[in-house]
Amino acid sequence: MFIGPDDHERPNPFYTMDEHESPDLTEDEKRLFADLMPEDLNEILDTGVNRRHFLKLMTLAGGGILAAQSAVAEQLIARPLSETIPTELVPASIENGVNVSLKVNGTARKLAVDSRMTLLDTLRERLDLTGSKKGCDHGQCGACTVIVNGHRVLSCLTLAASCEGKTVQTIEGLAQGSQLHPMQESFLKHDGFQCGFCTPGQICSAVALLDEAKKGHASYVTENVRQSAGPAKLSNEEIRERMSGNICRCGAYPNIVAAIQEVHSGKPVEQVFRSV
Amino acid sequence: MRPFTYTRAKDATSASKLLTGNPNAKFLAGGTNLLDLMKEDVERPSTLIDISELGLSDIKTISSGTNKGGISIGGLGKNTDAANHPLIRQNYPLLTQAILAGASGQIRNMATNGGNLLQRTRCPYFYEVAMPCNKREPGTGCGAKEGINRMHAIFGWSEKCVAVYPSDMAIALAALDAVVNVRNASGQERSISMADFHRLPGDQPEKDTILTHGELITSIELPRNNFADKSYYVKVRDRASYAFALVSVAAALETSGNKIVQARIAMGGVAHKPWRALKAEQLLVGKEATEANFKLAASAEMADAKPLEHNAFKVELGNRSIVLALQMAMNGGKA
Repeated sequence: MFIGPDDHERPNPFYTMDEHESPDLTEDEKRLFADLMPEDLNEILDTGVNRRHFLKLMTLAGGGILAAQSAVAEQLIARPLSETIPTELVPASIENGVNVSLKVNGTARKLAVDSRMTLLDTLRERLDLTGSKKGCDHGQCGACTVIVNGHRVLSCLTLAASCEGKTVQTIEGLAQGSQLHPMQESFLKHDGFQCGFCTPGQICSAVALLDEAKKGHASYVTENVRQSAGPAKLSNEEIRERMSGNICRCGAYPNIVAAIQEVHSGKPVEQVFRSV
Repeated sequence: MRPFTYTRAKDATSASKLLTGNPNAKFLAGGTNLLDLMKEDVERPSTLIDISELGLSDIKTISSGTNKGGISIGGLGKNTDAANHPLIRQNYPLLTQAILAGASGQIRNMATNGGNLLQRTRCPYFYEVAMPCNKREPGTGCGAKEGINRMHAIFGWSEKCVAVYPSDMAIALAALDAVVNVRNASGQERSISMADFHRLPGDQPEKDTILTHGELITSIELPRNNFADKSYYVKVRDRASYAFALVSVAAALETSGNKIVQARIAMGGVAHKPWRALKAEQLLVGKEATEANFKLAASAEMADAKPLEHNAFKVELGNRSIVLALQMAMNGGKA
């Protein structure tokens, strides 16, 4: 049974609110609470924002109700009111601990994880690599895509415990110092995103996809799978099919395909937003 | 997710022994379906036995036995590797197509061949623990039978369950007369034909296959055949990619001139198991490979369909998909 933090344990990147935070809301923030949660206003003014209020606010945000007050709300949600680590994330509460040694972006990591911990949660919450995103957490959106032993996989459906001895590459590991990976450059040039939430998964997926094409892998839209004549030259249709595991709710797909095609073909591709 | 203990298995036999000793233990291979079901609280194993590093991933030509000259695919090999292996692409392009029609690049990189066969249904009533489901909790009833059953079965369903089986790979394997080799904790092996491997729901929809607890899929064998030139996998779904089939058809023909010598047709998205369209196959043998004959065979098969309230469209869709798959098989992938 594992007890106590391991060498790589760091303060949790998510800030939580102390149960007894003293009131220090701006006028805008007071108005926001008065509008959205009038039944809680007095309590908030009295004893400050507690976790229950915060969760309620997040629920409203999830429902899109905050849209009108988005600037104020965003500020409030982002503001570190306290740096207390929530007790449920302290490693002492690990059940059925498993020791795992793996290499993440070139660095050897050794940690003990709850057997239930996914690779995604381990990256984000234990190793402070928050580039990989939790979209659906059910393997349907691709936002959590990382590259394990050279293959793109879904980190939300991978148990950290099963990563013993494996090599993990995340979006944080693609650039070399300040030199962006060509795929990252291309996504910038082609504006391959809007909100950016799916982008780390899109880019990791795209990088591994080009490797698969180099190995001559086929796809469902490959005309004749019996012909495997070395590296596959991908049409835009091929890229779309091969990227279908990465959903972009902003709908930046034409730009994403252009970005990937440019790196794949090695030739400049016209930016979609200029060609219309 | 509920707590569970995690064990990395050292070899196949000890893995099976560990599983046999604990009725609530499960094998973990790719995990793409199992972990999702655990997050949904549908699967509640007390122990996971990780078999993903056991090897059993070779793809090779079978050198002896009934399937000599065929291909053996390791149960723990990845879907991506099976789909792209030169022996499979060249000799069983139908299997390559079917695998590549399923899931996404990421999931195919994780999912194993044995695990693919053991996927659970994606019936929403099975996934939602607040709903009744005889497959998830025997005796609670079937929410889908009189509920929203657009995605559900039109063949072989029972009063207890109308769920469909989700795999694409298995549909091609059924058409190709594949054999599944399994081994238990005592080291005993048995070979199960794809036709017998999955079950119809009957009174026990909780049982998807005839495997017993502790049996491990070691390999899948594909017998030699003459279908490589004329085969095709058609998948019809709600979007162009990354969705489960409404209806899919794996079709394979062997012809002499324009005369059909042998025909294989298996359907996905229509039943609790890969549905071999035996009636259509029998009608095609000895006939000319013409559109008219394809239509006759398809409508004979689909005449037996028993659609539910919301999925009558699958009957006509199945009809047309069989004809299309046969045409594309004849025309090298062109409609």
